[in-house]
Amino acid sequence: MADYVIEMLGISKYFPGIKANDNITLQLKRGEIHALLGENGAGKSTLMSILFGLYQPDEGVIKKDGQIVKINNPNDANDLRIGMVHQHFKLVECYSVLDNIILGVEPNVAGILHKQEAREKIMELSKKYGLQIDPDAIVENITVGMQQRVEILKMLYRDNDVLIFDEPTAVLTPQEITELMQIMKKLAAEGKSILFISHKLAEIMTVADRCSVLRKGKYIGTVDIKDTTAEGLSTMMVGRKVNLKLDKKKATPGEIILDVDNLTVSSNSSKKEAVKNVSFNVRRGEIVCIAGIEGNGQAELIQAITGLTKQKSGKIVLCDKDISHESIRYRSEHGMSHIPEDRHKHGLVLDYDLAQNIVLQRYREPEFSKFGFIKFDAVKKYAEKLIKKFDVRCGQGTDTIVRSMSGGNQQKAIIAREIDKNPELLITVQPTRGLDVGAIEYIHKAIIEQRDAGKAVLLVSLELDEVLNLSDRILVMYEGELVGEFKSSDVTTETLGLYMTGAKKDNITKEVTK
Amino acid sequence: MSAGLLILIKFTLLSGIVLMYVALGGCFSEHSGVINIALEGVMVIGALFGILTLCTLPKNLPGFLIVTISILVAMISGMIYSSLLAFASINLKADQTIGGTALNILATAIALVVVKHYNSTISPDAQSPKLNFDNSLFIFNVGPFTLNVFIILGIILLIVSHFVLYKTRFGLHLRACGEHPQAADSVGINVYKMRWAGVLISGALAGIGGMAYIVPSVQDWNFEVGVGGMGFLALAVMIFGKWNPGYIFLGSLFFAVFKSLANIYDSTFLANFHLTKEIYSMMPFIASLIVLMFTSKNSKAPKAEGIPYDKGMR
Repeated sequence: MADYVIEMLGISKYFPGIKANDNITLQLKRGEIHALLGENGAGKSTLMSILFGLYQPDEGVIKKDGQIVKINNPNDANDLRIGMVHQHFKLVECYSVLDNIILGVEPNVAGILHKQEAREKIMELSKKYGLQIDPDAIVENITVGMQQRVEILKMLYRDNDVLIFDEPTAVLTPQEITELMQIMKKLAAEGKSILFISHKLAEIMTVADRCSVLRKGKYIGTVDIKDTTAEGLSTMMVGRKVNLKLDKKKATPGEIILDVDNLTVSSNSSKKEAVKNVSFNVRRGEIVCIAGIEGNGQAELIQAITGLTKQKSGKIVLCDKDISHESIRYRSEHGMSHIPEDRHKHGLVLDYDLAQNIVLQRYREPEFSKFGFIKFDAVKKYAEKLIKKFDVRCGQGTDTIVRSMSGGNQQKAIIAREIDKNPELLITVQPTRGLDVGAIEYIHKAIIEQRDAGKAVLLVSLELDEVLNLSDRILVMYEGELVGEFKSSDVTTETLGLYMTGAKKDNITKEVTK
Repeated sequence: MSAGLLILIKFTLLSGIVLMYVALGGCFSEHSGVINIALEGVMVIGALFGILTLCTLPKNLPGFLIVTISILVAMISGMIYSSLLAFASINLKADQTIGGTALNILATAIALVVVKHYNSTISPDAQSPKLNFDNSLFIFNVGPFTLNVFIILGIILLIVSHFVLYKTRFGLHLRACGEHPQAADSVGINVYKMRWAGVLISGALAGIGGMAYIVPSVQDWNFEVGVGGMGFLALAVMIFGKWNPGYIFLGSLFFAVFKSLANIYDSTFLANFHLTKEIYSMMPFIASLIVLMFTSKNSKAPKAEGIPYDKGMR
């Protein structure tokens, strides 16, 4: 047997106007966890799509167990026992867990399904690898973590021995991430070979054996994790030294910009109240962060403040104006900027071009329109200015269709739009979700600049590192209530964790903040 | 049993079974991810060629053969006509609603041209849009009830549909294509093929449905009226029936009761209200408006229906 289970040698792939992969070599040893690191647009996904048969390489060969193979489509990859967990899960939401796992390879007699033997095999695998699932649960009702376990079982059920994980932790809570890391180690111990695509350095340091780095389509190198550090990896990835720790001055809070008073909001998903009697305020020149585990009411709270949903009761005051019953447009025109959690759903019109997205809220202003007609020249000029100022990278300038841009650049476009509006209050939810180190650094800097320019910033984040690094004041939300308030300078991850899981609880009154 | 109730049951069965065929057809198409709004048109085409076959087959053939062949022709012509929708919406990725609407408009026009041509070949002066036919082979009596072959066939197809959709590999693949075609594709299911299958099955069922609407109840049909909105009503039944064969069966009976009111209003207590026939004819459509208003909010529609599948899209 060859040393390497998969070898991708000298792979190049060209797309119109761009070299997505330029002579890349990747060698995966049997039973190792091999991380593939690179910024957004570095060519990781293209490379994995080639391995999975979604694209054909223009140059180079792929070897499986030392034999040259041709992978024309996912079925070929499957026959070679290569499986992939996609970043966006490929699960049929109204099907049961069992049906999703067997889909495409169902045991059947003359086309009639025989699920019993499948069930036995699945339960066996589930036990062997510690992948807790309920085979009869409907996928739309289970947690994201369990959905991911279903995706992993899908690969194991097909007896795959090369497992590709495409940014698997982007959607998980910290607890689920720890659990996934353990599962991956167990899989590797059982002889599976794992390719782990990520740009989170900490995870790579914890779980991987070796790491290959790509930058701008080129292969930079492969290192043993035990011989390197997070700083070393990030330098390889970005091509320069990146400051992982943020420099920021002490906050100098001014007058109250946002005042939320006894706010109660109904839940999006059930009949319960998602936000219960929440009161807090955000001052000029400070970053207030709402921390908590996903699904504890943060989403509903922000939706009520930004006007996406109506609150049940309570008051929202922005710059001394009661905006509780005002429209989204009113809020947006009176000093509120919102960088939404779901940039595809609430942040951008994906099939519009970049210029149109940039003036999405401001097209009515006399600067951009006259008698109801849009002044496209002015829009274009303004968009060009922002693209330059915020370093938004896009193939066809202002005419780029936003859907075709990378996640990091989509996010930059939103940030450009929201910040250049010159708001009083900047609300930002998970601003760095799914982004790479370079982009995260940029976005964090931009947020701090806004604070130093005297804006009030309200941040919602699930990532504790971000919470601690970025914010001045932390509010912990648990089951719809604010249960703790801290200065970020004198709290630890452990304490926050206790409050986030409901193990500890304080009575929050607004007076504390004074 | 009062005479009124008996007539009500008779007419409910007659139109209920028609709605069921067509709604089942829509169900297959939509589970594969294609909105088949052309059901109305497919019914017309199915009925047209089915009845033409019935008219032209030699009368000395065994009755069983005449029935089977004409139903088969209705089925196949429905499939051929709906393949136009499949080609436009699956291969060309055209908007499914617009394609379907075009087919609906086209169907009645085709029917008129064909029927008038056929009539003029029999007697050169005739330009009638009507076809006369003999439906006695399709009808039989059980006790006080008049039944027809479409009812028997329909019940069989209902059970088969349920089995196919929920117990076979084909059904699992088909529904996956309507819910999450990218997921289906990623496990090696050919989405285009499954969608073609869905649309063709819907064409076959709607083709029979068109014939089942006309043949058992009358001996001649004016093709200027098409099939009088039954195809659209069937879409409402399908939505009301949550895209599930069992509920579709109940839903079609429910709508059929309203549909039948127009047939029985003068012979029952409803005559006391002194309303015109038109009011009762509107009933099923008004009922569908109201029902859909209340039920469409928690609709169980296949998530990816109506969206052309493009392998390249993420």
